[in-house]
Amino acid sequence: MEIWRLPISASQRGKLISAGYTTLSSLSSISSSDLARESKVSESEALDILKFASHSHSGGWEMSSGNCSIFEGAQNAWDMLHEEESLVHITTSSADLDNILGGGIHCKEVTEIGGVPGIGKTQLGIQIAVNVQIPHGFGGLGGKAIYIDTEGSFMVERALQIAEACIEDMSEYNRFIRKDFQACEIRMQPKDILGNIFYFRICSYTEQIALINYLDKFISEHKDVKVVVVDSVTFHFRQDFDDMALRTRVLSGMALKLMKLAKKFSLAVVLLNQVTTKHTEGSFQLALALGDSWSHTCTNRIVLYWNGNERYAYIDKSPSLRSASAAYSVTRRGIRNSSSSCKRIKMM
Amino acid sequence: MANKMISEIPLPKSIANVFAARNISTAKDALSLTEFELMELLDVGLTEVRSALSQISEIVAPPYQTALSLMEQRFQNEHLGGHFPTGLKGLDAALCGGIPFGVLTELVGPAGIGKTQFCLKLSLLASLPTNYGGLDGRVIYIDVESKFSSRRLLEIGLRSFPEIFQMKEMAQEMAGRIFVLRPSSLSEFTQSLQQIKVSLLQNQVKMLVIDSMAALVSGEHEQGVRRQQTLSWHISFIKSLAEFSRIPVVVTNQVRSQSHDEASQYSFQEYLSCAAQSRDGIVETPTRYDSHLVAALGIHWAHAVTTRLVLEAKSGQRFIKVAKSPISPPLAFPFHITSSGISLLSDEGMELMGPEINSIHCQGHNEIINFRMESLV
Repeated sequence: MEIWRLPISASQRGKLISAGYTTLSSLSSISSSDLARESKVSESEALDILKFASHSHSGGWEMSSGNCSIFEGAQNAWDMLHEEESLVHITTSSADLDNILGGGIHCKEVTEIGGVPGIGKTQLGIQIAVNVQIPHGFGGLGGKAIYIDTEGSFMVERALQIAEACIEDMSEYNRFIRKDFQACEIRMQPKDILGNIFYFRICSYTEQIALINYLDKFISEHKDVKVVVVDSVTFHFRQDFDDMALRTRVLSGMALKLMKLAKKFSLAVVLLNQVTTKHTEGSFQLALALGDSWSHTCTNRIVLYWNGNERYAYIDKSPSLRSASAAYSVTRRGIRNSSSSCKRIKMM
Repeated sequence: MANKMISEIPLPKSIANVFAARNISTAKDALSLTEFELMELLDVGLTEVRSALSQISEIVAPPYQTALSLMEQRFQNEHLGGHFPTGLKGLDAALCGGIPFGVLTELVGPAGIGKTQFCLKLSLLASLPTNYGGLDGRVIYIDVESKFSSRRLLEIGLRSFPEIFQMKEMAQEMAGRIFVLRPSSLSEFTQSLQQIKVSLLQNQVKMLVIDSMAALVSGEHEQGVRRQQTLSWHISFIKSLAEFSRIPVVVTNQVRSQSHDEASQYSFQEYLSCAAQSRDGIVETPTRYDSHLVAALGIHWAHAVTTRLVLEAKSGQRFIKVAKSPISPPLAFPFHITSSGISLLSDEGMELMGPEINSIHCQGHNEIINFRMESLV
């Protein structure tokens, strides 16, 4: 392997090359003081370089005992399957939707949800932020939520409504399934649910990038965070950019960091996206915003759309789920299964 | 926070100097580059870049609040929990108390349906003392279409709140709180927005009305992409205005007829309907929105508004519809316009389904207007 791979500065790399150290193996049996003298870097820099070199060297091809880690950092497919099966999904509160999603929103993955204005993106975002807190005893994650609001569309009153309905549903479930009231009494209050949603209001794309960089530290301090909802990932990137190439680079950097977060803390990342019109093959069609290269970055992509009288969710992209669509509805109590009968309900 | 100077961030001396030497002076500059671009530019290692970035990020990232503290704060500090009652009881109940503070509320509908009437009523209400259900503050009314009528305003006042408006000095004070701006071009509009930002907080301004947003651009640019780009700065700016001053912002939007190549479907929907056809053996025409009218400002704008109220006329009856709202289900309320302004005929909303929610009808409301005008005279 070449020293290009080492995370060192350009000038250090230049010095190493001019001193003749072009491969990692050439660095493997040299002392730091020799390296410092020959390539004219300081002793401490030389020590760092050697540390990086030995690290990436052993990370590369060295065999180790035990079949679980032949390659450091790798995991075999069988183990991955077991791990995936043991993961709890975050329910969307609509059984049909959960069904096509393979149980709900997946942890360790980035899920993008897009749709036209008013289709229920923010509603789904709030619902997920509430549902992630359903305790283990009820088949939930018992986690906390981070809600990153870039548009100012988070409505705390609505979150309260959804939280109240969620608690009602849980006590209903309790009465129905368990019958013994003491076993798993609900000590959760709507206020507790709201208290477990960490709300960040973002006013520019710089803040958005900064926050996503900072999340790593924040979540290390709040280990029980199990979902990060970004509503919407698009807004600031749609307004403030002239240089599209820069936008693509910055966005993909951000997506990578989110993916890393999802894996590292085994949490779900939900990105809400807006739609735009796109001109293809002579006609205008709706498409999710941020362009083609962005569409590669998310693991799962769900598009919400109107189909006749009903709201539908469609799995546009997923490595593990087949493409399917399911109806859902947005009710006073939150996201629910679609009531197929189109009756007109009188409110209030 | 985005324009925070890097020199004010406590970075290690050596790396702070490198940032300064490469002319990366603000957090925005640094965070707009990828880690590798920074490594090349600053000529330092990955670990240094990473630690510098994480320090900068930590300072630039805004602090969090729990949703609970957000709610408590709203209820403590804000009049009526952050909602401005419109006086239309059914609508207020659906919207959790009225038009929300801090976000955009859009009124969209065909010409003559009553958008301006609604705006007049709202500005009047906002100027009233709190014991009359008002916000007791000044109102800025950006009148792009020159439709603001002070006579009509006072008439609505006199009919709705006779006890205030019969006293001349009170009427003078209330009307004196409503400031009308008449920008004639987009650049003038931009200027007045920037002025407003400065004076909003000092002057006890409690509401901003823009009537209408669509008129500004339709005159200057033809169609499509160009228009979207012109407005995106304004969208962002008005949103931030609403946000930082925590006042209700009401914006009207016109309608235009839907052009035939209008996008209303995703590419996969065609595919889905084709698949369904081949499975069932029935040839179905794909369901398209059959409405003739759409909001004049496109989908980008529609994403930016938090609440969208559609005013429409259907078989001679006018309806106000909650087409998009984070707190209300889609409901329609019949309304009419009288000399005392807009009022609901029923406080019970009808729940809407599917494309009904976003469609804008315009059937036979002209007759109603003519009729009312005669009865007013």
